[in-house]
Amino acid sequence: MTAARRALPALVLAGLFALQFVLGDYDHTNMARILVLACFAVGYNIAFGMTGLLSLGHAMFFAAGLYGAGFSAELGGVAPPAALAAGTACGLVLALAVGLVALRTSGVAFMIVTLMFAQACFLTILHFNELTRGDEGFVIAETARRFALAGVVLDAADPTVRYNAALALFALAYGAYLALARSRVGRVLVGIRENEDRVRMLGYDPYRYRLFALTLSGALAGLAGAAYALLFAYVGATFATTQYSIYPLLWVLLGGAGTALGPLVGTGVMFVLVDRLSGITSSYLMLVGLALILLVVLFPKGILGTVGQRRARNRS
Amino acid sequence: MTLLATRGLGKSFGGLEAVRGVSLDVAEGEVRAIIGPNGAGKSTLVGMVAGRTRPSAGTIAFAGRDVTALPAWRRVRLGIAYTFQITSVFSGLTCRDNVALAAQHGDRRDRDERIAVALRRVGLADAVARTASALSYGHRRLLEVAMGLALAPRLLIMDEPTQGLAEGEIDGLCRLVRALRTETTVLLIEHNMAVVMALADRITVLDRGAVLAEGPPAAVRADAAVRAAYLGA
Ligand SMILES: Nc1ncnc2c1ncn2[C@@H]1O[C@H](COP(=O)(O)OP(=O)(O)O)[C@@H](O)[C@H]1O
Ligand SMILES: [Mg+2]
Repeated sequence: MTAARRALPALVLAGLFALQFVLGDYDHTNMARILVLACFAVGYNIAFGMTGLLSLGHAMFFAAGLYGAGFSAELGGVAPPAALAAGTACGLVLALAVGLVALRTSGVAFMIVTLMFAQACFLTILHFNELTRGDEGFVIAETARRFALAGVVLDAADPTVRYNAALALFALAYGAYLALARSRVGRVLVGIRENEDRVRMLGYDPYRYRLFALTLSGALAGLAGAAYALLFAYVGATFATTQYSIYPLLWVLLGGAGTALGPLVGTGVMFVLVDRLSGITSSYLMLVGLALILLVVLFPKGILGTVGQRRARNRS
Repeated sequence: MTLLATRGLGKSFGGLEAVRGVSLDVAEGEVRAIIGPNGAGKSTLVGMVAGRTRPSAGTIAFAGRDVTALPAWRRVRLGIAYTFQITSVFSGLTCRDNVALAAQHGDRRDRDERIAVALRRVGLADAVARTASALSYGHRRLLEVAMGLALAPRLLIMDEPTQGLAEGEIDGLCRLVRALRTETTVLLIEHNMAVVMALADRITVLDRGAVLAEGPPAAVRADAAVRAAYLGA
């Protein structure tokens, strides 16, 4: 690895930190949102990009985090850091439970099983409407979003706190991905993606490794959901819809599956695309879809995957 | 000491009995060749030993332990390494990472050393950083063998390792197997009779799923039934 490559993560995080001082109010909020959603995408990338698990149900892990944190803060009166942990735990436990069943299948069956589980979660949220306020959602009160950290009172509604909290969580997810990718376990996960049979004949139980990957992926999705609830104060069933299972897949495909920064790039590009196009036309989703199809056809490895390929080609 | 012992091992695919009542005893340190015409059941037999194929009948004991019910990955951990007849490497990964997946079970400290040694032994030392998909067919087969070696197995199963190798590469592989004699037991399926005669301590001849003959190379070569069934003489 070259020195420049080794310094990249620190440079990226420093750049993201500096960005908050140049962005206007509107983009500042959007960037915080992108960072939280990118955390979700990084989680998805561990399952899909690294391990090759094409889940169509990750919205349930995000929603588990969202509701886990939302309930803890709004109903349980728990401080935001603990609510964040509770939400993450909800995503983790749900992913573990779903994984125990869904990972008995693979390929298309896995896609369908995860889709069905997510749909069941969505319907469950709607079913307990009195509690979840599922269809219209609920807002987390200002008071429930204030907390003291090392003696300083912080307010999750404050833009600066929000941006840096989002950045810290993204850094955590990004760091976790990098550490995993360079680890013994990460190599096994990539091996499972490339050739499961061979991995088994090298003495690894693919099921256990997949379960680990899905659980970690679900925990990061839960973390993102919890952060979203606490930082943007809204909890609702829309985040459990199939759309929110498809989004992380698109973000990762767009940015580059199995790359460390692809999820951030994909989330950012797509967010900006939707944001700008929705200002121009009401049928913006169609244009977004079209743009995505073009991008994926022209850059099947995603933006960063294609960049990496070009660089590798120039080197050789 | 007997390292591998199968008793009445059988496998049917629907109506087809691919392997029938095979009882095999392989001693520790021996190079055992399994020969037989195409479709004789050689791959199916070693597949059952490795845990890739579930037997329809019989038992498999490895180092005195009944492993018949163990999943393949556990058998690998016990020391049964398997190299694929149809090369099965991680084409998107470098040679180093391919072998690392095998070598990383062991001690972390000398892992890089063990990876280098495995690649050097099959003659791929120069290819460490190359992506497996960029290798020639013969080199991919050698990489497959290097992955088997890096597992430091007690029993190394090689399913037609010389298939598709060039003359020079076959000689290299023969030298390697001979050198392995002191560290591991080898179960070798091989079509190339020169290779078999040069390497094997004992030969088992399979025909239509059953053992037709077994013994040292000279005896098997002289066996009339074997000549009729397989050597075509
Ligand atoms: N998975 C399978 N399903 C059905 N038949 C199989 C399967 N694997 C092998 N066979 C059949 O079993 C017989 C033995 O095959 P195999 O063990 O590959 O022979 P060999 O390796 O000696 O050439 C062949 O007739 C083959 O067609
Ligand atoms: Mg065969």
